[in-house]
Amino acid sequence: MTLLEAENLQTVYGPGCSRCIESTGDRAGTNQCSHCGSVVACAEADLGVEAAEVLGIVGESGSGKSSLAELLALERDDDATTAGDIRYDGHDGNLLEVDYETRHDLRTREIALVHQHIRDGLNVAFTGGGNVAEKLLSAGHRSYEEVRERVRELFEETEVPVARIDDLTHTYSGGMQRRVQIARALATDPNLIVLDEPTTGLDVSVQARVLDTFRRVQREEGVAAIVVSHDLSVVRLLADRTLVMRHGRIVESGLTDRIMEDPHHEYTQTLINSVI
Amino acid sequence: MTVLSVDGLSKTFDVYVLDDTRVVGLDDVSFDVREGEFLAVVGASGSGKSSLLNCLYRTYDPSSGEVVYRGPDGDVDLATCPDRTIIALRGDTIGYASQFLDEIPRVPAVDVVARPLVERDVDRTDARATARRLLSALAVPEELWQAYPATFSGGERQRVNLAQALAPKPDLLLLDEPTSALDPETRRAAVDLLSSYPGSETTVVGVFHDTDVVEAVADRVLVLEDGRLQRVVPVEAYDGEVVIE
Ligand SMILES: Nc1ncnc2c1ncn2[C@@H]1O[C@H](COP(=O)(O)OP(=O)(O)OP(=O)(O)O)[C@@H](O)[C@H]1O
Ligand SMILES: Nc1ncnc2c1ncn2[C@@H]1O[C@H](COP(=O)(O)OP(=O)(O)OP(=O)(O)O)[C@@H](O)[C@H]1O
Ligand SMILES: [Mg+2]
Ligand SMILES: [Mg+2]
Ligand SMILES: [Zn+2]
Repeated sequence: MTLLEAENLQTVYGPGCSRCIESTGDRAGTNQCSHCGSVVACAEADLGVEAAEVLGIVGESGSGKSSLAELLALERDDDATTAGDIRYDGHDGNLLEVDYETRHDLRTREIALVHQHIRDGLNVAFTGGGNVAEKLLSAGHRSYEEVRERVRELFEETEVPVARIDDLTHTYSGGMQRRVQIARALATDPNLIVLDEPTTGLDVSVQARVLDTFRRVQREEGVAAIVVSHDLSVVRLLADRTLVMRHGRIVESGLTDRIMEDPHHEYTQTLINSVI
Repeated sequence: MTVLSVDGLSKTFDVYVLDDTRVVGLDDVSFDVREGEFLAVVGASGSGKSSLLNCLYRTYDPSSGEVVYRGPDGDVDLATCPDRTIIALRGDTIGYASQFLDEIPRVPAVDVVARPLVERDVDRTDARATARRLLSALAVPEELWQAYPATFSGGERQRVNLAQALAPKPDLLLLDEPTSALDPETRRAAVDLLSSYPGSETTVVGVFHDTDVVEAVADRVLVLEDGRLQRVVPVEAYDGEVVIE
């Protein structure tokens, strides 16, 4: 069953002009319009995600992965002009055109974003438990006991020591903060989680554990995910299918193992060879 | 009954990172595989054995040809069907094991082997019991079952990998040199297991280097040479040639 279907997604930073699209992208070799100077962070992006499926997005720094991920997670960026069409199971119309309230509702119950930068996703001056509780409260949960119990459950599920629940988040290790972010994202049982660079800033052994936890929870809960990473091994472990981005465009897509073992596009070959 | 019908399968690689070289992996290969059959694929290094298996599993995108799989839900052309059809088949009826294990580091061997079963909704306790049985049959020392394969020797890892592929008893099992890193003794355990398990329902296409393994496990032998099919013969008629390099 198709959960999300997106067409022609586009994010532009700058004034924009009629030639932004033709003068950017893979063939143009840049994401900056030579006529008006705008940055076309992503454009002409089509993709679909099925229920419980994991879609990977890879590409070099600045290729537009976060821009695309944020658009899909209905994150607003006031600096940007966005366009496109996102259809979502059970909703009428384009998710990019819904009113404030519907958007809030979707972001609370359906689509959760785990930010690339921990500080964009967590208030580190709150306790770890408080960060997760806040999500539940904004979804309308009112019983203190129930919220507390659910937070405890989520800490266990994502393997954050429950004993640390009332400690301030800035006292947590990087790996724990990442887990709290994941716990927060899972709190309201969303159907789709967008994870932007889930392993950034973590050392290798911690990375492996966070990925292991996420993979287990993702499969147990049957939640779909979009996983953005410049690290191919992350996507290889998690994603069923993968998109490769460059200069704001999707240049190749397919089964993750096929992308890794039989890359068709010249850029994908370079990307994969640079890792081996 | 034929379960797999390969017709005119070719694979070329355009390698841009090597001055746009075009490499031929497979060239117009055709053969059938019967249900429950064990087909061994042999040939010199670079003859296209892995390319063939990867095309069947769609880790490689075939350049042309057909791979008709008579699965439980009817005929599917594995060469051209949508990615999601492949994902569904992999999760259900088609298994694959390469030479190498690709796993998250912190998972104990027994859970690595049990994972495909758990993903197919088998109860965790039952899945672990099956995993232990397989690890034991493959002579993986019991003290390693709870340890992490990332710390294992090549041969131990390879056996965990093979056990993981065998665990869900797929209808079609693709094996790429699953015994290459084993010493004679553990190889014998693997051969015993492969010739008796998962049983006659499973169709196997497997790449092997050693003639004694081929003779012990295979019903027929497919010989590749420079990406082309040289011959397919019953194992009794197979002389072990081409395998020796
Ligand atoms: N607020 C902004 N204002 C102007 N340009 C921006 C802004 N945010 C992003 N960009 C530009 O948009 C392009 C895409 O950025 P994006 O963050 O989506 O890339 P990315 O692929 O996620 O990179 P990374 O791997 O470094 O996270 C870049 O050229 C970037 O400089
Ligand atoms: N992903 C790939 N990209 C480019 N060329 C490839 C790729 N895979 C295989 N080839 C080429 O295709 C040909 C067949 O290789 P293949 O790996 O199928 O041989 P093999 O019979 O499995 O060899 P070995 O016994 O050494 O494993 C070789 O020339 C090889 O270099
Ligand atoms: Mg980013
Ligand atoms: Mg090979
Ligand atoms: Zn412009």
